[in-house]
Amino acid sequence: MSLGEFQKQIQEMEKKIKEIHLFSQQQGVDLSEELKRMEEKLQNLRKQAYYNLTPWEKITIARKMERPTALDYIQYIFTDFMELHGDRYFGDDPAIIGGIAWLEKIPVTVIGQQKGRNTKENIYQNFGMPHPEGYRKALRLMKQAEKFRRPIICFIDTPGAFCGIGAEERGQGEAIARNLLEMSMLKTPIVSLVIGEGGSGGALALGVADQIWMLEHSVYSILSPEGYASILWKDSNRAEEAAEKMKLTAQDLKSFGIIDGILAEPLGGAHEEPKEMAQTIKKTLLEIIPKMKNNSMEELLRKRYEKFRKM
Amino acid sequence: MLGGFFKKTKYITMPRKTQVKSISHLNFLGVQEEVQPSIPDGMWQKCKKCGQILYTKDVEEQDQVCPDCGYHFRLSASQRIQQLMDPDTFEPWDEDLVLQNPLQDNKYLEKMKQLQEQTGLGDALISGKGSLGGYAIVLGVMDSGFLMGSMGTVVGEKLTRAIERATQQKLPVVLFTASGGARMQEGIFSLMQMAKTSAALAKHQEAGLLSIIVLTDPTTGGVTASFAMLGDIILAEPEALIGFAGPRVIRQTIGQQLPEGFQTSEFLLQHGFIDQIVTRKEMKEVITKILALHEGVKV
Ligand SMILES: [Zn+2]
Repeated sequence: MSLGEFQKQIQEMEKKIKEIHLFSQQQGVDLSEELKRMEEKLQNLRKQAYYNLTPWEKITIARKMERPTALDYIQYIFTDFMELHGDRYFGDDPAIIGGIAWLEKIPVTVIGQQKGRNTKENIYQNFGMPHPEGYRKALRLMKQAEKFRRPIICFIDTPGAFCGIGAEERGQGEAIARNLLEMSMLKTPIVSLVIGEGGSGGALALGVADQIWMLEHSVYSILSPEGYASILWKDSNRAEEAAEKMKLTAQDLKSFGIIDGILAEPLGGAHEEPKEMAQTIKKTLLEIIPKMKNNSMEELLRKRYEKFRKM
Repeated sequence: MLGGFFKKTKYITMPRKTQVKSISHLNFLGVQEEVQPSIPDGMWQKCKKCGQILYTKDVEEQDQVCPDCGYHFRLSASQRIQQLMDPDTFEPWDEDLVLQNPLQDNKYLEKMKQLQEQTGLGDALISGKGSLGGYAIVLGVMDSGFLMGSMGTVVGEKLTRAIERATQQKLPVVLFTASGGARMQEGIFSLMQMAKTSAALAKHQEAGLLSIIVLTDPTTGGVTASFAMLGDIILAEPEALIGFAGPRVIRQTIGQQLPEGFQTSEFLLQHGFIDQIVTRKEMKEVITKILALHEGVKV
């Protein structure tokens, strides 16, 4: 069954429950047993629906405008977040946000690709597609974190690095490349979390980390399925088919050993319960960051190198 | 880890097997529109730039440069090595590295087999060790005639091994890029080659060793966004297409025509991303000079 069919059944079930509930109130009949049974069935249906999502359905969830963004998670997970702006060379790219904050009692540097939460924001944030200055800002903040021995947490959520004239003039390729090289040697722990879309080199530029985790319905790929279909099959309408073929779900990447873990999403997706999702992320960060700090720097860097070396 | 991969002195003499007919592979960023056969068929060929009809033999004598306007045609990796390296010194590495087909794409596997037969190459990169102008170097040369020079796991692994060995043996690396970017058929694994090769280069640089990158037509996508932009010294052949996104993708994204000369070597020089444009004729001399200045090891 597809998600759509599940959703239809779920809606029918919800409607039925409402009617029975109303009926029992109006008639003063105790139907609580019956209702309880139906609620359970409904919950099961919901679980099944989201357990068996196709890659394309996951992409749809990962791209939802209501899906929590980096800033949403930052707000829920950290305290005293202070945003730091600018790359010191050209400008400040709103598609990447970054700053310093507390993770409980650990000072950390937080960086994320920021999609808009509505159309207006999306235009300002360029749909989370960074320019070179965004990657250079990220690198500046990472070097700063290294200096002060702060762990770095990166939220990845981008369709890809922006393709445009200015981006080329200012060296989009160089900016991404520089991040890959520098991150591979950065003397501080790095955790990257794919929270929505991890699109191509534009995502990887925040992804050379000691620990890479993905939210359950997020995706991470060489490029968008639309792009893949248009290039390999000259037909961008075959994106759904491409999504199957590309093996881009969190579950695929975990099975390949490319990521370290998957964070379960609330039923229906992170947008249904952003706070709950944030708590799951926070709990994981608090588990893995102290462990990473236990490694000697040499050990940490050696493991980071080996991690990508195997791929 | 690296032992056992060295071949016993097996020198490459590199007869390019066949005249590669227009391989219209579609690379990741839509550079395919610029694809041209690296060696055109027959006695005659037309210059892509000036339109002059040229004797193929004349072009060959000029190292595949148009005798009329100086346009640089694409070279195969073998041709490049032959032009560049001191005779009988190049020892190729990891030629037998087998193809990973991580996404179980049978069509891709077929295509690879066909290309391997056509080109005599195992994949889109030849790596190895040899001497250039009398200096020992580790060399990597991409071949845009093989699936648009795209970087999949074999290319990434060969490059990484080459760079790692250069670090171990304290040798400079010289890398010639010619690639449409990451190899889509290998999905996320291709993407990770960008991180892997960049990390290997980081270690090489940390060891105080020299890396020279030469960008040739075309260099785009995941190759531009990784090792291609990370050399201590970055050179480019004239008029090469170099960029992150392919021109077609940019045109589609922004819905505008692109300015004249956009994403050429000259454009990159002007914007501060490469050190020098060097013609094919002068390439060996220039690289030799750089190696000498870095007190390279004479063979
Ligand atoms: Zn010409």
